[in-house]
Amino acid sequence: MTTTNTGVTSPDIAVPDEVKDNVFITNIAKLLDPVYNWSRRNSIWPLGFGLACCAIEMICAASSRFDLARFGMEVFRASPRQADLMIVSGTVTKKMIPIIVRLYNQISEPRYVLSMGACASGGGPFKEGYNVVDGVDKFIPVDVYVPGCPPTPQALLNGLIALQEKIDQQSIATAPWYRKNDPTAEMIPIPRLGPDLYDMRQVDLIKAEAVKAAQEAQEPAAEVTN
Amino acid sequence: MSEMTLEAPVAGVKDHSPEATIALLKERYPEHISDDARDGYEGIIVHPDKIVEISRDLQSELGYNYLASLTGVDLIDDNKLEIVYHTASIKHGGNPLVLKVQVDRDNPVLPSVTPIWPGAEYQEREAFDMYGFQFEGHPDLRRILTWDGFHGYPLRKDWREPFYEEDNKPFGSRWPGGEVFRAEERNLYGKNVQYPAGWMPEGDEIEAETDSYAGITYSRDQSPDIKTEKVTINMGPQHPSTHGVFRMAITLDGETIMGLKPVMGYLHRNHEKIGERNTFIGNIPYTDRLDYISSMSNNHGYVLAVEKLMDATVPERAEWIRILMVELTRIANHLWAIGFLLNDLGALQTPMLYYYIERELILDFFEAASGSRMMCNYMRFGGVAYDLPDDVRGQPVMKFLHDLIYERLPKALNQGDQLITGNEIVRARGMGVGYLSPEDAIAYSAAGPVLRASGVPYDLRKANPYSYYEHLDFDVAVRYNGDIYDRFLIRVDEMQQSLRILQQVLPHLEETEGGAINDGKPQYAIRMPKAGEAYGRVENPKGELGYYVTAKRRDANPARYHVRSPSFINLTALEKMCIGHKVADVVAILGSIDIVLGEVDR
Amino acid sequence: MYGLGILKGMAVTMKHFVTSYLDDIFWASRGGRYYNDDALAVRQSLEGKGVITVFYPEEKLPVPERFRFVPFLVTDDPPPGQKWGHEWCTSCGICAKVCPPQCIWIERGKQPNGRPKPEPEKFFIDIDICMNCGMCAEFCPFDAIKMDHDYELASYNRTSAHIHDKERLSKPLSYWREIAPKKAAAEAAARDFAEESKKRKKAKKGEDDGREERLAEVMARQLAYKGAQY
Repeated sequence: MTTTNTGVTSPDIAVPDEVKDNVFITNIAKLLDPVYNWSRRNSIWPLGFGLACCAIEMICAASSRFDLARFGMEVFRASPRQADLMIVSGTVTKKMIPIIVRLYNQISEPRYVLSMGACASGGGPFKEGYNVVDGVDKFIPVDVYVPGCPPTPQALLNGLIALQEKIDQQSIATAPWYRKNDPTAEMIPIPRLGPDLYDMRQVDLIKAEAVKAAQEAQEPAAEVTN
Repeated sequence: MSEMTLEAPVAGVKDHSPEATIALLKERYPEHISDDARDGYEGIIVHPDKIVEISRDLQSELGYNYLASLTGVDLIDDNKLEIVYHTASIKHGGNPLVLKVQVDRDNPVLPSVTPIWPGAEYQEREAFDMYGFQFEGHPDLRRILTWDGFHGYPLRKDWREPFYEEDNKPFGSRWPGGEVFRAEERNLYGKNVQYPAGWMPEGDEIEAETDSYAGITYSRDQSPDIKTEKVTINMGPQHPSTHGVFRMAITLDGETIMGLKPVMGYLHRNHEKIGERNTFIGNIPYTDRLDYISSMSNNHGYVLAVEKLMDATVPERAEWIRILMVELTRIANHLWAIGFLLNDLGALQTPMLYYYIERELILDFFEAASGSRMMCNYMRFGGVAYDLPDDVRGQPVMKFLHDLIYERLPKALNQGDQLITGNEIVRARGMGVGYLSPEDAIAYSAAGPVLRASGVPYDLRKANPYSYYEHLDFDVAVRYNGDIYDRFLIRVDEMQQSLRILQQVLPHLEETEGGAINDGKPQYAIRMPKAGEAYGRVENPKGELGYYVTAKRRDANPARYHVRSPSFINLTALEKMCIGHKVADVVAILGSIDIVLGEVDR
Repeated sequence: MYGLGILKGMAVTMKHFVTSYLDDIFWASRGGRYYNDDALAVRQSLEGKGVITVFYPEEKLPVPERFRFVPFLVTDDPPPGQKWGHEWCTSCGICAKVCPPQCIWIERGKQPNGRPKPEPEKFFIDIDICMNCGMCAEFCPFDAIKMDHDYELASYNRTSAHIHDKERLSKPLSYWREIAPKKAAAEAAARDFAEESKKRKKAKKGEDDGREERLAEVMARQLAYKGAQY
């Protein structure tokens, strides 16, 4: 547990000299943050969700030799509603990404995504393939990347510790999921499968390209008729 | 099982070799069969009109009753597409008989062989998906690995993926003027996507989760008195018991399964397209990622296939090391499979965790020998990459292996036996559930433990021996009930047999200590000296793993690279096994087949 | 008796439960069962009993010498005051050619007169593509690229952290000797052998025969493949 917020008397508040040694001034968030983060970081429930080879190493990390239970993470939940963390363990394909985005949308806040292995981070050795998404972060925000192909269970644990460190930096006072108009709570539009995968956020661009292509196709035709 | 089904009624035929059978077929169909005269190719080219009849003759009369593999090939230079059938004889074993059918590339229509071999169903769907073959008479010809509406046929040689750089590796942009870039930076959309020119998103494209109920009928029951409805439910791809991203659409009447269609392709990572761009040697690490639980066996099948093309000789020590690795892989895989099967049966975690402790020890050895726990990348053409390590976990390697094989693993199997075999719940859930008859198992091209648990003693290590398996003394494990419980027991039996093999291998390893482990010098660029095709098949822990590789002369890249994956083809029989059982049995039946999605979808 | 199978199974789990405590007692007087290197070594070997957990990050499971994660480039041991020394890489491009997923980019160095210089100008590895197969290290004729043992690479940002450039990749020879002592020694011996046979050839013929030199070197390279263990 890191306690970055030990009591420092604030210069704004005048404290009588006689009680100075007995007074500890801080704000409530700073007091609660360590407790809040400590409990959150030690009870991250991952989504029971394996994609490819890395999932096997994830299971190994959860089994006896590496034992995720030491971090309070052994509770692999089958339902995204009960999970806090999504370990994207393996190659993300175009056929699978709509489901991954849907699952991500269903995880309640605060939610974290750990991209395990080269494939999930950037397509990995299969990047050149036609059915592979070149990085799950093209669609959902990723908190921690764990490189390796596959990362050994210890490398995964290292990534999970990095995630815990990230959680330690968060504060109740600034956590977006307690705010109104939480930007992180937005549903990510689910990509669709047309002739190829398309991101709903890029529809305008695709349409513009289609119009351009149609014009280009017409121009030579017009020349011929002239 | 009756003798009749296995023993084909071949009147007067003595010689069952592929050559003799081909001669017989030629007599019958002189007009429609021609030899495959291409350099380095084998088998016969059959006229599309007669393929069904010839297949029927092979299956019912001539003893070639097992369709091992069916795959498409793009012969772009001749403007033709080709289907290659590898058929095998369950009774007589031996090399497969190769049939080919060539059709016009612009109009690839040919009859389906599913009426004869139902096991061709998914393989033909795959050929349709990848090449656009139209199989007449196929019951359900839809895309299988990609999705409905996908543009083009990706394995055709002139089809290019969005991140296309060059036809073949190595790419020129890497050296000598290598300026690093991410492929998406060069894509207009910043992603691995491309659209046909002028394509306009309409918003009514098929959503991922609805496209796959097409194969299954949703119907109202016609019984007049009771108003019942069949319901279609979805399982997966995110499901704790589907062993990965596998999905099934199931029609239920009450809780009874009336129909089941697997939906695949959620892990389709274009293994074959990438494999055809790769150099021969570059494919070895990719094969690790097929069946990622048994990478050593995958390596083995691939190097065997390519060694056939190269005429490579493998030193004795390397062969023993290969068998050592492959059999340890079999044990590791079966430990994993049984652990998961029991997990699916409700023995949540405990047996699995106990088995994984042993698996970790095998992985320790793999890691010490090859450098990686799972992705071993250990075998090379003509040998193996490294010799055995000096020590594993602080023990000299031979002592480690000796203790592992003679003490630790037998003890673990014994413990597992005590823990599970007699367990009444496992027996109740397993016995009589998911039955597959021997006739069906053969017809559906089931392989490996699934086939053998149905009473068909077909093991490639005996039936079509490779490596040094001829010199080893072991039995083919076989069980006769064809249910979940037998598929569990047969894996235990196979582990026992593997231990037996390993015990015979150890003295050979000691004898050949210091011997050569690789043939010739290490070469980073392997060029095929001659053109031709090769089909390398090994008995993977999951079944027959076959690699169909073709090469052009002096070429460093395979022209066609196909993987006949046992998990994929074993799934063809899943519906057959599930119908009539309850929905809770589906996960158990699936667990007993033991699939790995990396191999199913490739 | 119905249920006997279940009871038998439960006896197995009970045995495991008890064993884990017995092993604790055994190690109590020997420096404790956890956070103790001796105990860890036993626990992870074939003799391991009871709880076999590695308490990462306090304890780390030692990796074998051949372990491979992402590649790095070997340099000479750095002169005092500098971070690394002369690159061993000659930018011959073999690693970039053999790399199965093509994750290596090399810009060959140039001499002022435009001729290629045996030294890379730039060297990049995209570890988001790298499949840790070790082919580059296996086929490098100069022992210049090796597979690292450092697997603790988790990062918060891949755009900045996941393309390793020459600076990030370079590590001194002493590091390689540290993580893979036997292999480094075997390679050094092979290099010495090649050097020696080169000299011998020179002394014998009194002239520089480039071809034989190369052959000798190739011979030496194969030592590891011919069964010379490390």
